[in-house]
Amino acid sequence: MIIKNKTLILPQKLDKSNITGFLKEIALQKSEIVEEIDAGNLEMIDSAGVAFLDKLMEIFTAHSPQIINLNSELEQSYQTFSSLELPIQLKAKQGNIFILLGENFYAWLESSKQAFYLLADIFYWSFVGVFNKKGQRKGSVTQQGLLIGADALPIILLLSFILGLILALQSAAQLRQFGANIFVADLMAISMVTEMGPILTAIILAGRSGSAIASEIATMKVTEEIDALKMMAINPIRYVVVPKFHAITLVIPLLVTASTLIGIFGGLIIAVTYLDLSTVVFFNRVFEVLTLRDALIGIGKSYFFAWVIVIIGSYYGFNAEGGAEGVGKVTTQSVVASIFWVIILDALSSMIFYF
Amino acid sequence: MKKEAIISVKNLVAKYGEATVLSDVTVDIFPQEITVILGGSGCGKTTFIKNILRLYQPYSGSISIFGKEVTQMDEVEFDSILSRIGMLFQNGALLNSISVAENVSIPLEQHTDLPRTIIDKIIRVKLDLVNLGKAENLSPSELSGGMKKRAALARAIALDPDILVCDEPSAGLDPLTSAALDNLILKLKKLLKMTIIIVTHELASIHRIADRIIFLDQGKVLFTGTLKEAKKTKIPEVETFFRVGKFE
Repeated sequence: MIIKNKTLILPQKLDKSNITGFLKEIALQKSEIVEEIDAGNLEMIDSAGVAFLDKLMEIFTAHSPQIINLNSELEQSYQTFSSLELPIQLKAKQGNIFILLGENFYAWLESSKQAFYLLADIFYWSFVGVFNKKGQRKGSVTQQGLLIGADALPIILLLSFILGLILALQSAAQLRQFGANIFVADLMAISMVTEMGPILTAIILAGRSGSAIASEIATMKVTEEIDALKMMAINPIRYVVVPKFHAITLVIPLLVTASTLIGIFGGLIIAVTYLDLSTVVFFNRVFEVLTLRDALIGIGKSYFFAWVIVIIGSYYGFNAEGGAEGVGKVTTQSVVASIFWVIILDALSSMIFYF
Repeated sequence: MKKEAIISVKNLVAKYGEATVLSDVTVDIFPQEITVILGGSGCGKTTFIKNILRLYQPYSGSISIFGKEVTQMDEVEFDSILSRIGMLFQNGALLNSISVAENVSIPLEQHTDLPRTIIDKIIRVKLDLVNLGKAENLSPSELSGGMKKRAALARAIALDPDILVCDEPSAGLDPLTSAALDNLILKLKKLLKMTIIIVTHELASIHRIADRIIFLDQGKVLFTGTLKEAKKTKIPEVETFFRVGKFE
């Protein structure tokens, strides 16, 4: 690209394939004075070529160059694709740290308020739903019970069994040194009933059913199914959430009991094979140390875990925005939040009952 | 002198499982013309377009684009053909995870080595052309249906493609926006010498922009010819459509 007598002479063609090279050439000559850009040779230009001309105008703006000898057809292309006449875009103002903190706090308050309203709605409609099945699909509680309960049972059993084995094996290695083999039964009974059974079941449910609840409701939200239910005068919480709430309330004690029993069974295997305890001695000790209070604490807190999973899954689902991206985002958020709140609730219950 | 076709389809057969959607379709699409593909719902219009662009694999037949047979072409070579074709999908198909401007920048970043300043200028111009100058930083989920379609058109023309394929561009748009879109299509054809293929049912739009018509019925080509010829034809389905604007 030549600059002669303060005139920059354009080549025959300016398009996306050659302007990068020309831009490099121009960068070396930007101190030159350019008063005219001669387009006499120019025969073909595309929108990238026009953007290049705009860039030339900016580079040589000191002398406000004029484009000359541009034929009428290319002139039309230039007018159509030039960005010089477009309004300058202003960048969004960035707030300072206090504004950002305030906005985040306000957003947190708003979302807490929404979550609280949703919680109240779910409890209200779940209570009403026990006596009045109108507004719910027939068989939906059974269907959800199978999805949340029966389908999750194999993985819960497998993981609880493995966890029981690990817990007993690691404790056994220590207990053996003190000749305190029998205490493996105490440890397995107390830990599985009050802690490991409920928490393991809740974490599996949070990952499995919590994500399913969030993604199902989020998909319904972004595809306007929730709006369609509202337009049919059907309460979406009653129709979509309540069956899940009832189902999880029914299945959670069964799942926790199954998890606890299989975990203790894992412990029994280690006790018999590694610590030379007999099955009778093991179970005698288990029933001796366990109290009804322990069992009630274990089952009782698992209800709270289960409800938290449904409420958080529903909350994120109903707040989904955008398309597929939004669904994925709220699903991840709901799993993380569910596990977080399950552990917080577990810590609180431990403090209340054992501190 | 006889024009050479930019896309030439011969004996194309397309199937979904056992069901034949297109049978023995033979058509030519000529450069720098606007070809409108017409036909009732389910007649295979979208399948036809997607087979040409290999989004669906044709069952049999041959498709040549820019003089090259593409049905058996390897992916890398076909990508170079695709980089010269812009496609406006029926629902826009914008990527929701990124902004409108970033959507338009994808082909520019992937298929050119243009510097950022030039890419930014092209994005602004293309969005301004579709009347979305102020929406560049918005997410696609914040746009209305019509705006999404226009943003998708800006993405489709980002590279000034030789061929622009539009699947029902006017569907869901108000008459004014639809007319403005037609004007833009005519402008693109004239200024960038684009070949444009459009699936549409809007009779007013067809009268405004079509150079050539391909009329499909039950997976077969019922008529192919210029708009003038289409208006005069005695083929009952085509005649009815041009008289009442509906398919029988």
